[in-house]
Amino acid sequence: MIAKSGSKRWVSAVNDAARKAGVRVGMPAAKARAIFRDLMMMDADHVADAAALERIALWALTVYSPIVAVDGADGLVLDTEGADHLQGGEETMLAGIANRFRSKGLTARVAIADTWGAAHACARAIQRETVVVPRGETFRAVERLPIDLLRLPDKIIDDLRTLGFQTVGELANTARAPLALRFGLEIGRRLDQMLGRASEPIEPIRAPEWVEVSRAFAEPIGAAETIDKYVGGLVVQLVAELQRRGLGVRRTDLIVDKVDGSRQAIRAGTAKPARDVAWLTKLFRDRTEKIEPGFGIEKLTLVAVMSQPLHEEQRSSTLINEETSDITPLIDVLGNRGQRVYRLAPVASDVPERSVQRVAAAAEPSGEIWNHQWRRPVRLLDRPDRITAISLMPDYPPRSITWRGRRHNVKRADGPERIFGEWWKRDSELEAVRDYYVIENDVGERFWIFRSGDGVDPETGDHQWFMHGIFA
Amino acid sequence: MSAVLREQVLAELRERISSIEGAGVKRAGCLPFGVPEIDAVLPGGGLAHGALHEFAGGGSGTVDGAAAALMAAGIAARTKGQVAWCLTRPDLFMPALAQVGLHPDRIVFVEGDREEDVLASMEECISYGGLGAVVGELVRLPMVASRRLQLAAERTGTMAIVVRRWRRQTEANDFGQPTASTTRWRVSVLPSEELPVPGLGRARWLLELMRSRAGECAEFEIGACDDKGCIHLSSRFGNRSDMSGRSRNSA
Repeated sequence: MIAKSGSKRWVSAVNDAARKAGVRVGMPAAKARAIFRDLMMMDADHVADAAALERIALWALTVYSPIVAVDGADGLVLDTEGADHLQGGEETMLAGIANRFRSKGLTARVAIADTWGAAHACARAIQRETVVVPRGETFRAVERLPIDLLRLPDKIIDDLRTLGFQTVGELANTARAPLALRFGLEIGRRLDQMLGRASEPIEPIRAPEWVEVSRAFAEPIGAAETIDKYVGGLVVQLVAELQRRGLGVRRTDLIVDKVDGSRQAIRAGTAKPARDVAWLTKLFRDRTEKIEPGFGIEKLTLVAVMSQPLHEEQRSSTLINEETSDITPLIDVLGNRGQRVYRLAPVASDVPERSVQRVAAAAEPSGEIWNHQWRRPVRLLDRPDRITAISLMPDYPPRSITWRGRRHNVKRADGPERIFGEWWKRDSELEAVRDYYVIENDVGERFWIFRSGDGVDPETGDHQWFMHGIFA
Repeated sequence: MSAVLREQVLAELRERISSIEGAGVKRAGCLPFGVPEIDAVLPGGGLAHGALHEFAGGGSGTVDGAAAALMAAGIAARTKGQVAWCLTRPDLFMPALAQVGLHPDRIVFVEGDREEDVLASMEECISYGGLGAVVGELVRLPMVASRRLQLAAERTGTMAIVVRRWRRQTEANDFGQPTASTTRWRVSVLPSEELPVPGLGRARWLLELMRSRAGECAEFEIGACDDKGCIHLSSRFGNRSDMSGRSRNSA
């Protein structure tokens, strides 16, 4: 990639092959060509790059966090405070982000740190794909990094290099006053931002088509009732605007600007497009206590981040009064509190642990059901438990079993119900067989046990016995 | 003239009082078991809608709660509308619930990380009002929490069912602690019905009504829920002496 600045043409990006040949970012185009004659050069398209980056930012905003911004020419910054648990924690979230980029054929470096500055520097310095800087260890993480990751103008970096500064740590340990006198306040500001001494709110990216309503306050507000009142007002405004455009929201962000320049965001998701004042108000009221007003709130903004067309539908009244109430609002309330809400649906599989799948709670009812001839246990152990059993091979139920140190005499039994391995899914299951028995002990406790293998052919299983479920 | 006026005023007052008393109570009434002996014991002739009911297992059922859960599923299957099932340990096997008539499309699971989440979710589901039954699997049910659930249920007329399951069998004496629930049941497994051929017959349970508000305690031997969620009184009511005989299969 060749970029032009003024009359100078220089290399702005290289791929792995070119890097191996010795081409580096920042060298003049003529020099690069001199190093490797058949070098393929393409003119960089900054406008298209920026547009693509913005598209990625908007995508990240709908998936990961309400506050996302473009960081420089080649990065994104996300405020994931309070959003990572939805993705299973910080490390899982980072791995997920890296994987998503890799599946699209993009290489991404992802870092999490206490501050924007530190995360910016770490993401650009690491060799690995992801890194998590632990809380309060920012200085230790950045002190050895080169100073060009400080987000300072190139001129200042060059001058600092001339003076002999190489790493962030060296610069941070130098007296501020002479530096400020020579280079201005920029260095101190960037250092403070990196080390978390100065706040640096992220100005979130906004798409022009989003519906956004906001309310600024002449006097900062802080009481929960006041916040509730104004959020309610904003929801009414938002819904009116949505109605005009024929949209329903799937994801709504409430952004709270505080007096001290910090910003907090609360996100509410709905399982179906919604345009109902009471429904949306409830979702936000539910979490008003999560807002920390600090010294006061000066602005509340409500943004419909993700919306879908929602048309009015005619409800016909029937003579038969059927009570089928829509529980989608309830699903949303529980889901926004961090509960996992789901339904279970049948899967066409004979293997018990594969015969059930989780589907979204608001999914259309499928009407499908399991059609088992045999009874199924109420509780299924997530992993079959090894038991010892005394039995007559090949197809008699055991006479007694020992499970978790307790011995059960088998009074009655039913079986075997033979379940074959799914060779079309896994090669290793080509021969596998499980023989399931229902057994009952002296006091009437009923268990579901199986033997791996058919009892004759060792190819089908090792004839071990397992406990798999408990009947009522 | 004044007598007529007084009658009018009195009638008006009575109407207002009854409207205050009945405020918020949407759907009173009961869900009968369909077993005359059990329904006769319960005030109102069945399991009251708009009330909290507790089910626990006996013996090793205190830990796995299998019979209690299936009993609750059978009751939920006979209500109308969606069913919410709040839990922390997702080890229910849905095909078994489908076998007592609870269609997988009707049931929504709400899985939380902590016990308190389950209580909060249950209360939210009950107060929502559009559900047929709300089931929660809980270890502890403190007085205050049970009172909240009971009040929420009274307000909306949704049936609330708590399935108690403990971590250890020894902790189950917690079931003696008072709660605000309307009825409290214990479901323990009994040896299943004898069949003329080797195999397992219909499962049988010992159903103990341990507490019933404004009612008597009682004990029944019942056959487990069938494919409609209905129970029936076991034919060998009160006679368990012949159950000690070995079945032909295990001879």
